[in-house]
Amino acid sequence: MEKNIIVAGVGGQGILSIAFVIDHAAMDAGFHFKQAEVHGMAQRGGAVQSNLRYGDSEIWSDIIPAGKVDMVLSVEPLEALRYRHYLRPEGWVVSSTTPFVNIPNYPEDEALLADLSAIENIVMVDTAHFARAAGNRRAQNMVMVGAASPMLDFEEDRLLAFVEKLFARKGEKIVAVNQRAFRFGRAAGQFFHGLFAAGVSKRDALQLVGKFDPETIDGIHASAWAEAIGNNGSCLAAVLSADKAVACDQVAAYT
Amino acid sequence: MNKEILLGDEAIGLGAIHAGLSGVYGYPGTPSTEIFEFIERRTKKAGDVHAFWSTNEKVAYEEALGMSWAGKRALVCMKHVGLNVAADAFMNSAVTGTNGGLVLAVADDPGMHSSQNEQDSRYFAQFALIPCLEPRKQQECYNLMFEAFELSEELGVPVMVRLVTRIAHSRTAVATRKPLPQNELKPDKQIKKWTLIPVNARVQYKGLTDKQPELLRLAEQSPHNTLELRGKSGIIACGLAHNYLFENLEPDHEHSILSIAQYPLPAEKVRSLVQHVDQLLILEDGYPLVESTVRGLFGLEGIRVRGRMTGEIPRTGELNPDIVRAALQLAPLPTACEPAGDLSNRPPALCQGCPHTDSFKALNDALSIFDDAQVFSDIGCYALAALPPLEAVHSCVAMGASIGMAAGAAHAGYSPAVAAIGDSTFSHGGITPLMSAVQQNVNLNVLVVDNSTVGMTGTQRSMSTGTTLDQIILGTGISEDHFRVIEPIPRNHAQNVEVLREELAFDGPSVVVARRACIEAQKRKAI
Repeated sequence: MEKNIIVAGVGGQGILSIAFVIDHAAMDAGFHFKQAEVHGMAQRGGAVQSNLRYGDSEIWSDIIPAGKVDMVLSVEPLEALRYRHYLRPEGWVVSSTTPFVNIPNYPEDEALLADLSAIENIVMVDTAHFARAAGNRRAQNMVMVGAASPMLDFEEDRLLAFVEKLFARKGEKIVAVNQRAFRFGRAAGQFFHGLFAAGVSKRDALQLVGKFDPETIDGIHASAWAEAIGNNGSCLAAVLSADKAVACDQVAAYT
Repeated sequence: MNKEILLGDEAIGLGAIHAGLSGVYGYPGTPSTEIFEFIERRTKKAGDVHAFWSTNEKVAYEEALGMSWAGKRALVCMKHVGLNVAADAFMNSAVTGTNGGLVLAVADDPGMHSSQNEQDSRYFAQFALIPCLEPRKQQECYNLMFEAFELSEELGVPVMVRLVTRIAHSRTAVATRKPLPQNELKPDKQIKKWTLIPVNARVQYKGLTDKQPELLRLAEQSPHNTLELRGKSGIIACGLAHNYLFENLEPDHEHSILSIAQYPLPAEKVRSLVQHVDQLLILEDGYPLVESTVRGLFGLEGIRVRGRMTGEIPRTGELNPDIVRAALQLAPLPTACEPAGDLSNRPPALCQGCPHTDSFKALNDALSIFDDAQVFSDIGCYALAALPPLEAVHSCVAMGASIGMAAGAAHAGYSPAVAAIGDSTFSHGGITPLMSAVQQNVNLNVLVVDNSTVGMTGTQRSMSTGTTLDQIILGTGISEDHFRVIEPIPRNHAQNVEVLREELAFDGPSVVVARRACIEAQKRKAI
């Protein structure tokens, strides 16, 4: 077993915190791992990435070869597109849909979402939405660790333990916010994936996940929602037009 | 056994501490900065290792040499171009020799991720006639520090440990050993050894050359230089190239491989490989040093040698597993898609609210009355002012070069001759050219952007900021009337432009200090 991940984002978004959690989980699990990162000039608001590799036998190169990347894990949608060509054919993109706009020629939201949706194997999460719901917009990076976590090779509890270790010196409240962000991200990613696997379009899935009360999202309801949307053309519109967040287990109300 | 997750740089730092380090010296520079920072952080509580950033790499090297003279173990760390600054002390320290172990950890930057060039420090080790170790793994970074200090004390010469960006800034788990105690204070009072007047220097230099067969013998026997003979296709893999090679090979490959991590180049091992093969691929992350040595002027008879000099490996840029794969003539691995051609780039930029933005906006406006005025600048965050939207500076060459170049341009009759330099870069390399320009009464204008920190490398302490900076500038002999201080904030824009215009109009040397703290440093303090 070997897993190769490009963690991507913009300088200051907390890429290295994502790497911290996965590195520690890898060491804890007894895996070999290497994680190369960017320091210096590029950190000043530029595109940054970290090459993270773990596995049960020796890891040679600190840089992942083109074609060996299993996952592009991006805290930013434009940055998700930047490293796609390193992915192996069956590889996955797990990306935030929240743009970080600090350049004049940043693409239009619509064009960017269309590019992301065109990727076959993708999990999309509105990280700003879930980080805010968890209590701090800065926790978007932990939303993404959560979203990627079902495809990693660690127990959820172990990952959460290292989220705690990462934020411990900032106090219990910050730890709780970041652990909540992780859980929201994990549930949202699983739900998105479940909807898509059951035939819902990625754009619809993204909108639906964003409408739920984050505390209630659970992947086990995904197929029921997919069925409801498939059977009833106005179901999605009805949910989206609800005046407040919808509980994820209330599919019956919309069938 | 204790394990810690460490960057290559941090593994160097921890290895040094555990090898009985008494002092670490350096000047910040990517990708070497974290070596010093780790040691500083790690030993702060105990306070038993001297760790204080130096004014520049030359000072750092000399301080380290003094620590060695006193019998203790010293580590001096810097980036590759920093070694140019330290070269005087470095070259001569090989001639004096050492007392306590002296290790130079130098981090090269192939591919120029954060540098002006990709010079290969292995040439410097060869030039100075000292051993060079080139770790391939973070664990080796740690382990080799013990060896490097022992080697330095055994041979009586400084030892170079050469890193490249990829290992310096890559993390993994590192197993640690029981720490060694520090050396006792034991000054080396062999006056002739340390006093390099010609009569002594000749003796010392002869002594250094006499040590060379021993250096070579150690490299030949080094467990870090391994030769495995299999088929007729030979490969020499230096440093990290070893990892990129094995990333691409199956266990039952048919190549004969010499991996090198200790120099001087082990000639007998190279000979054994060459006699066994009919073609040779040479892989190095840096200049083709080994390739040019093995090839010589005329090549190897009957053997096709391939590498950076023949184009199988690109002559410039960082080595990586994909380049090595192509050089091995293996098909590229299939990928999910082609690179996206038209993606918007996201270059690094000055932070929102950065004082440099206000300084350079003012400078741009002040210079707008001239026709396409050029500004000589320097190494630091403000080099980003070269890019849109500011496009305010037009050179960035070497630490402190802004002032010297502006002076030279003024000598030639160019006006306005403007230099822009940061506070830390000023203390590193700007004081002497300013003193020179002031004493010559050159018509130049220096803008010192004093943000009170070394911003680009992570907000380390600046040596000359605030009052200290002002006193140094006045100490060069500059007229007090033409030493001005402004605060670069948007509200002050008009008056700052006015101050700069007045000094640009003056025929003689002037210095304007634009003083406002780095916002990144403020943020870090707040945490």
